[in-house]
Amino acid sequence: MAGAVSQPNVVYAPVKRRSALAQFCIAQPLGAISGVAIVVMLFGGAFAEYVAPYDPLAIDFGAMLAPPSWEHWMGTDAFGRDIFSRVIYGARTALTIGFFSSLFGCVLGAILGVASAYFGGRIDMLTQRFIDIMLSFPIIVLALVVVAMLGRNLVAGVDVNLIVAIAIPIVPKVARVVRSAALSIREMPYIDAARAAGFGHLRIIFRHMVPNVAAPFLIMFTAFIAQAILLEASLSFLGLGVTEPTPAWGLMLSGNASDFYREAPWMILFPGLAISVAVFAFNLFGDSLRDWLDPKFKV
Amino acid sequence: MTDQIAFDRRQFLQTSTALAAATAGLGLFDAAPANAQAPAPRRGGTFTFAISAETPHYDAHGSDTFATLHFAAPFYSTLLQFDLADYPKVKADLAREWTVADDLMTYTFRLVTNATFHDGTPVTSADVKATYDRLRAPPTGVVSTRQATFADIDVIETPDAHTVVFKMKAPNPAMIEHFASPWNFIYSAAVLARDPNAPRTTVMGSGPFRFGEHVRGSHVTGTRNDRYFREGRPYLDGFRGVFMTQPAAMMNALQGGQVLAEFRGISPAERDRLVQVMGERVRIEESSWTLNLLIVFNTEKKPFDDVRVRRALHMAIDRRAGAQGLARTATLRDAGGLIRPGSPFAIKDEDLLRMPGFGRDIAAARAEARRLLREAGVPNLTFVLHNRNLAQPYTPAGIFVVDQWRQIGVNVEHRQSETSPYLAGMSSGNFDVAVDFSNLFMDEPSLSLAKYVSFNRAPENRSRAIDAELDRLYAAQGRERDFQRRYDLIRQFERRALDQAYQVPLLWWHRIVPTHRTVMGWQMSPSHNLGQSLGDVWLNV
Repeated sequence: MAGAVSQPNVVYAPVKRRSALAQFCIAQPLGAISGVAIVVMLFGGAFAEYVAPYDPLAIDFGAMLAPPSWEHWMGTDAFGRDIFSRVIYGARTALTIGFFSSLFGCVLGAILGVASAYFGGRIDMLTQRFIDIMLSFPIIVLALVVVAMLGRNLVAGVDVNLIVAIAIPIVPKVARVVRSAALSIREMPYIDAARAAGFGHLRIIFRHMVPNVAAPFLIMFTAFIAQAILLEASLSFLGLGVTEPTPAWGLMLSGNASDFYREAPWMILFPGLAISVAVFAFNLFGDSLRDWLDPKFKV
Repeated sequence: MTDQIAFDRRQFLQTSTALAAATAGLGLFDAAPANAQAPAPRRGGTFTFAISAETPHYDAHGSDTFATLHFAAPFYSTLLQFDLADYPKVKADLAREWTVADDLMTYTFRLVTNATFHDGTPVTSADVKATYDRLRAPPTGVVSTRQATFADIDVIETPDAHTVVFKMKAPNPAMIEHFASPWNFIYSAAVLARDPNAPRTTVMGSGPFRFGEHVRGSHVTGTRNDRYFREGRPYLDGFRGVFMTQPAAMMNALQGGQVLAEFRGISPAERDRLVQVMGERVRIEESSWTLNLLIVFNTEKKPFDDVRVRRALHMAIDRRAGAQGLARTATLRDAGGLIRPGSPFAIKDEDLLRMPGFGRDIAAARAEARRLLREAGVPNLTFVLHNRNLAQPYTPAGIFVVDQWRQIGVNVEHRQSETSPYLAGMSSGNFDVAVDFSNLFMDEPSLSLAKYVSFNRAPENRSRAIDAELDRLYAAQGRERDFQRRYDLIRQFERRALDQAYQVPLLWWHRIVPTHRTVMGWQMSPSHNLGQSLGDVWLNV
């Protein structure tokens, strides 16, 4: 007689799947810390009206050049304006210009890079030579030329031309990296299949190629926010970016700050620190994101 | 010579004495004179100095920025000039002597006979006539910002090659000072005949230095004019004016000796830094300044054609607080009316308090300003403030007024431009509201008030306003010889100007000039327009 075969009573413990965020924090602790710094800056910039203790534009001649105190945590400038409040509002300026410049530059660069790789041949050759020319200019020189040519164009308090000026030097750098990633994707069988199915170029590029270069795109996007912030600060310092009395970190380092940095070093210390922290945070976050997303770095 | 003008000389001396007392009271020449015990001048050397803005063109007749004078004055001569050792008296330049008729209707100048232009042609009365004709009635396409000043000239006669006679339509007690204006470069009649606008783009004068080169964004150079008509001058072999628009760069250049002077003026903070770092190597001279900033409303644009809007914006500015605060960090010092505070025809403090926009109760003034804006239908007014991209004192002034207007709910975008586009925007009327300047070379009311005369008579009136009442009062005060009656007419003019608020004074400047101790022969004055020919400057090295 056939004996009954008893099944072993195995109970599998439920697999605890950590969220992507938790995995990132564990794998990239420095990235997580920089991410927190970015979130704090974003929060401060977005809710500056509620976070900042003073109106950043309000002049108080009675409190000129006051050192850091309980009343003014980061002291005041030569007009008696609260530096802490100006640094918080400055985050809004820096992040807005940084984010949109990087976004604009990266999107344009990605489209150019993918198209160049996809079409190949003469289009690729011409695009790459154009990018070579663009890359031959130092980033600050190219931005200076563009901002001098375009002038100012304020939309909702943001200088759109300044964003364009900062975005243009980003375009060739992104295009070059994205093209190299897209070249390998172009040879994939599913691209051939899409072509065989009669899909148009636009559909193949945007539906099948662009999503596959998302990882390098995201990494560059975060890294270029840092560069854009630095560039905005440089242009403002040179008097070509944001103008007084708008709170902007680079601008806070120029003007009266250069007159009073001996008597009131806090006028340059805190905006300088803000620029450093922001640039460091975005760079570190970008690096961590690359390490986490790119399989080559997981070996 | 001047003996023939008994009445006016007396009046002139009274005015001069009052002015000297006033300027002394204001702290003019705080520092010791540069050349109190100066050694004998030495010849030779190239003098390098900083110019903190670059001139948009070379024509002083159509300019009112120091950038033109500091660039071009060494290349040109004028009929008379101010004697800075005895300011505000005048002395000879191309005119070796002059007479003024008792009725102030005729001015006769006898020119030096050895003056030549840099192309070798002699300077004659025909050149003076052509110059002054261009100043008072410029041909089409030529801009003269001194048209109103010389409107009283009827005819200019040239009885011989070295005599010029000015016949007036009406007496003007300040005319002799106007002939000493540093802006009235004498141009060659032959050059003007070929192209009336030639002085905008070419330099050809009879001054102590010949034009060398102008490299845009970099420098201007001049070399000694060996055929200069004043014996033994200039002392220098040449000069080099370096354009330095960034104050930090200029301070470093002064400290390092790359430039030996900056004649426009630096801020109190910059002065303190130079003294701290350079010690005895730097000479600092200070003076009140015949220069003020104005807020000008473009009356051809809405809503600034409405007096309620202009007056509201005028009243919202707390000038007294601004003067106190900005004096510590900027080259701004005094709150005052249309005439420089402390000068003979300036408004008295107690009277100024009663003028709109100058009262002590700023809260009440701002409440009234808000009411006026509501009444005008623009309670949430937004506009662009056109300003010059110069650190001192334009940027602090812009920051200050933006803050003041925010306090009555007005939203302002502060837009700064380099000197050329800034001036082009002002001249073409391509602005809403602007920070303007009144750049005077002496405390003569006809000069100070000329900017407020109707636009069709005075192109330097950037508000583009036409006001017959102001024109009438301007003409009346200019002809009035009695001090008190003239003072009263000026007060009427001032009241009308501030009531209508086409353009309103913001703050008056304070001049601080640094020079290296090796720079000799240059004289400090309350105007940065004077004494820039460099003919007497020498280097003690």
